Amino acid sequence: MKILLVEDDAETARYIVKGLAEAGHACDHAGDGDTGLEMAGTGIYDVAIVDRMLPGLGGLDLVSALRGRGDETPVLILSALGAVDDRVTGLRAGGDDYLAKPYAFSELLARVETLARRGGGNNAETRLEVGDLVLDRLSRKVTREGRAILLQPREFRLLECLMRHAGQVVTRTMLLEQVWDYNFDPQTNIIDVHVSRLRGKIDRDFDQPLLHTVRGAGYVLRESEAN
Amino acid sequence: MCSVNPKPTDPGRGQRRYGLFASAAFRLSLVYLAVFAAFAAALIAYMAWSTRVILADQSRETIAAEVRGLGEQYAAGGIQQLVAAVANRAEGPANALYLVTSFAGQSLAGNIAELPVETLRGDGFYQVPYRHVADTDDMTREAEVRVFRLAGGFVLVVGRDIGDRIAFERILTRAGLIAAALTLLLGIAGGVYIRRRILMRMDAMSDTARAIMGGDLSNRVAVAGRGDEFDRLGDSLNAMLARIEGLVRGMREVTDNVAHDLKTPLTRLKARAEDALRAIDSGKRLSAAARRAVLEETIAEADHLISVFDALLAIAKAEAGEGARQDRVDLAALAEVAAELYAPLAEDAGIALRVDAAPDCIVLANQVLLARAVSNLLENALTHGRRDADATVTVTVTRQGADALLTVADNGPGIPPQDRARVLQRFVRLEMSRTHPGSGLGLSLVNAVAHLHNGALELDDNAPGLRAGLRLPLAGERAGDDGSGGA
Repeated sequence: MKILLVEDDAETARYIVKGLAEAGHACDHAGDGDTGLEMAGTGIYDVAIVDRMLPGLGGLDLVSALRGRGDETPVLILSALGAVDDRVTGLRAGGDDYLAKPYAFSELLARVETLARRGGGNNAETRLEVGDLVLDRLSRKVTREGRAILLQPREFRLLECLMRHAGQVVTRTMLLEQVWDYNFDPQTNIIDVHVSRLRGKIDRDFDQPLLHTVRGAGYVLRESEAN
Repeated sequence: MCSVNPKPTDPGRGQRRYGLFASAAFRLSLVYLAVFAAFAAALIAYMAWSTRVILADQSRETIAAEVRGLGEQYAAGGIQQLVAAVANRAEGPANALYLVTSFAGQSLAGNIAELPVETLRGDGFYQVPYRHVADTDDMTREAEVRVFRLAGGFVLVVGRDIGDRIAFERILTRAGLIAAALTLLLGIAGGVYIRRRILMRMDAMSDTARAIMGGDLSNRVAVAGRGDEFDRLGDSLNAMLARIEGLVRGMREVTDNVAHDLKTPLTRLKARAEDALRAIDSGKRLSAAARRAVLEETIAEADHLISVFDALLAIAKAEAGEGARQDRVDLAALAEVAAELYAPLAEDAGIALRVDAAPDCIVLANQVLLARAVSNLLENALTHGRRDADATVTVTVTRQGADALLTVADNGPGIPPQDRARVLQRFVRLEMSRTHPGSGLGLSLVNAVAHLHNGALELDDNAPGLRAGLRLPLAGERAGDDGSGGA
């Protein structure tokens, strides 16, 4: 995956580029907004990570300019301003996701990978499958090995979210945002409890576990523990 | 006016000295004095003028009457009878003046000894000096005379001595001048006195202000208790000072608490990193698991710090009035989502979590902040409430008049009444809750969010337990078209 990083702080940029490279992604770095917009214009990037506070052209202006050209490259906005309304303005400017500093690198990586995959269009599929686990969005039924699994409505949405991002790490914060529409972190690790209940329903009676915990990052739904 | 350019940045050093004219009170009394003096002067001048006119008219009328009488004598008996009548009348009161002269200017009868020559040649009213027959010196008296030219060169002069009138006018003028001088003097003295009285009280206020700037926030302006303007000003100033003192004290407490509550985890974090570094320096080989544990604990500590910072910022922003969005929030839905999020946690802890929410309780609020507040209340109830088989946490949403009330109640130990106000402050954690995780910011945030939305956080006894109520004004049923115009 090819990623563009627009970030003025050299230390932060170095750390992100290194982390993304370790995760197997090529990352180009631009130190200011104008260079960033120019580089984004080449259209070779799968995702752009844009810092909100940039010298010259600001992060939000960069995104607006990009969208103005009809460029739909997914953009993740980074900001030290974490408040709700900043998030709203960020998304309104055309950003696809918003991450407040300070963040864990695993959170950044998970969100970037999710954004890159979003272009695939599996959002519209009515039937999601991971191994022998099948989720039908229309009939709202879940089966594994053909056996029906009964889920609470919220558990259904949790599984749906994990299945849409099958093979990718989904963080607790992402689950809170997408399943509960909560844009803040409750103090207790409440998501872990929900996931462990879901795991009990979809994995307990089966040999092959599908729902895995990624230490320090979040959860991933995939067929085998390999890799 | 000594100090032309006083340093405003150095209020402690000496008082600025102002001259008399810099005093607003003195200038005001001067203006008042000027207006009053002008009015008084106009009054005195009018009185003097009209007195003079009345007196002059009187003397002319008397002269006219005399002239009519003498005219009749002249008409009846010619010049002889006129001379006889004049000689007779001249014996009368000294201020009535008469004179008849021949064509040669020789006096035939009368009590005027001497008149200016041109007067005798004229005809009509004159105000002239004259000499009375009883006088020995020159023409020192003043008279108003009427001169008639008669047939045969005879001249009749009838007049009135106006010495008294002139003396009276002089007295009147002097009295006017004295009155004006007195008015001026009293006015200035009054101005100075008022200025000094006002200045005394103003100076007292200035001294208080200076003392407060010097750091003594407990100082207050003296109030005389007379209920006058100064007392009202003093009361307002004192109320303002009390508010400022409260804010500053609150700020100080917050700063102290922030310093304490952030330094403790920072110290732990630093100690842990130093510990690991020392272990490496001493050549001890840490196992991979041990290294991982150190780093994970460090990250956990940093995460805790971030969440504390985040909560502090959220509280500060809410208190500053930021983020007051107007989403239409259904409290029942909000309560149900929150309860559902925490349901597994409650279930695992054996706590019965119930929701009893009335529908259609819509408030205009920032959805995210409100969700966060409710989640804080639920977390509090689940961690500080009862934790055995009988434990319950109940979430209710009810309408109360123009308000909606969302309560989260537990049946745990509750909060003693004397501590209920205190737990709303930042970082305040009661002794009995020290063993539970938490930052002491949860209720502060809920309180700030409630106030941001013109609501309140109410802490009550659930007998047993705590009932925390988030009271918010209900949104208008049909906001905008009910025409009442009320907010």
